[in-house]
Amino acid sequence: MQVFKELGQYGTLMYQALRSSLEPGTYRSNLFQELVKIGYDSIPIIMLTGAFTGAVMTIQTAYQLESSFISESIIGAIVSQSLLIELSAVISSLVLAGKVGARIATELGTMRVSEQIDALESMGLNSVTFLVVPRILSGLLMFPVLYVLAASTGIVGGILTAYLTGALPIFEFMKGARLYFFPWDVLFGFVKMFVFGFLITSVASYKGYYATGGAEGVGKSTTQATVLGCLYVVTADFVLAALLL
Amino acid sequence: MIEIRNLTKSFGRATVWKDVTLNIHRGETLAIIGRSGCGKSVLIKHINALLKPDSGEIYVDGENVFGMDYVGLRKMRQKFGILFQGAALFDSISTFENVAFPLRYFTEQSEEEIRKNVLEALEMVKLQNVAEKSTAELSGGMRKRVGLARAIVLKPQYLMYDEPTSGLDPQTSDEINELITMLAETMEITTIVVTHDMHSVLRIADSVAFLHDQCLHWSGSVEEMKTSNDEALLSFIKASEYQI
Ligand SMILES: Nc1ncnc2c1ncn2[C@@H]1O[C@H](COP(=O)(O)OP(=O)(O)O)[C@@H](O)[C@H]1O
Ligand SMILES: [Mg+2]
Repeated sequence: MQVFKELGQYGTLMYQALRSSLEPGTYRSNLFQELVKIGYDSIPIIMLTGAFTGAVMTIQTAYQLESSFISESIIGAIVSQSLLIELSAVISSLVLAGKVGARIATELGTMRVSEQIDALESMGLNSVTFLVVPRILSGLLMFPVLYVLAASTGIVGGILTAYLTGALPIFEFMKGARLYFFPWDVLFGFVKMFVFGFLITSVASYKGYYATGGAEGVGKSTTQATVLGCLYVVTADFVLAALLL
Repeated sequence: MIEIRNLTKSFGRATVWKDVTLNIHRGETLAIIGRSGCGKSVLIKHINALLKPDSGEIYVDGENVFGMDYVGLRKMRQKFGILFQGAALFDSISTFENVAFPLRYFTEQSEEEIRKNVLEALEMVKLQNVAEKSTAELSGGMRKRVGLARAIVLKPQYLMYDEPTSGLDPQTSDEINELITMLAETMEITTIVVTHDMHSVLRIADSVAFLHDQCLHWSGSVEEMKTSNDEALLSFIKASEYQI
């Protein structure tokens, strides 16, 4: 019962957000701030997780294929393709579900319980347009960009690791990566990030926007936003893989 | 003029109050009193349609607030200034920007005019030298004044205060009470004050509405309240340790 009520509430909020996205005047300045917070501020953590993912993948793949008789360049192919199709998107999104999702839910939740949202509404401003739209829009725009960053640092991390550990020569890595590079994989990564960006920012906005019950309530909303964000990312990842691959 | 007609509100299965009917006349100062949790804040949030009732209507200057389209709603809401209980200052922007906020979004004023109006509003509430401070640096009383400056900067016809003196020391409370009276007189504002502080009620109000036992238990002028022998009202007044 509760599930249906929440789904209805979430659906209504998304409908309102969609409708009011046509009033850019109300959210322009907030949109710019959000693009910075979601995009620019996430650069270090995304590069770090991206690079380590590539590094670990390289070591692991080299280890798994150690005694086989296939060409070494296959390692480069496996690492770069796994990064592009799956790992860069999913690992970045799980990190962002924590970083971005928690921040949005806390911000909006605090604004709700301290009546700042009521204050906006009472001035005649549409709080959904003002607060929710720029956050979701920034997620849609920035997640794909962060994917490119994560994937490229991942591949660089892989190459460096290959070189430093002597697992395989750089040119072999590059040869494999190039041979198995399909633009479709990148497109698939974009689609995923678009969906994950929407899910994480919209669920966090929803949980924050409807927070109740003071500081404790905000804490609960934030926890729910991050947990659900992660859950939806792995579920959507499965659905998209089943549908598109 | 605000007319509240047979208003009923519940959250889930819990009824807040039912069948509230009340008129608020132009220029008067109404105090809504009652115990914590009796639904005073919920009631004022209906007046400008921040919340929707289960049944009943509210007319502001003859127009039903629950039957308005978006444009009508915005116009109606801008007749009101509200001081929320915790002041509800936007904590991501400075004190100055808080007061400037309605001007930036709803007027075409130049930066210079905005500056002038913000400083004027801050002066009205007797605050100086706080404009550039962050809201986190302000004391409780100062926060309420900044909230008030923000509420009056668009020159509203109605001002609603949610527990303006709660959490303040007696002296600061008195200063806020004086401000409320002063604003009501100089700006010819209709004032609605939610409070459980009888001391404030006697200082500022013309009439009183007493929420009790899930309904509007008693309403009338302050003079009538002083001579009333309604038991619940008397015990509420007595509990606030104020002898009339
Ligand atoms: N958004 C809400 N959801 C559920 N219950 C609420 C909500 N807002 C207020 N209530 C409940 O309504 C009742 C009245 O609250 P309120 O108007 O804040 O009381 P007060 O008279 O102290 O201002 C309380 O029992 C409160 O728990
Ligand atoms: Mg209250």
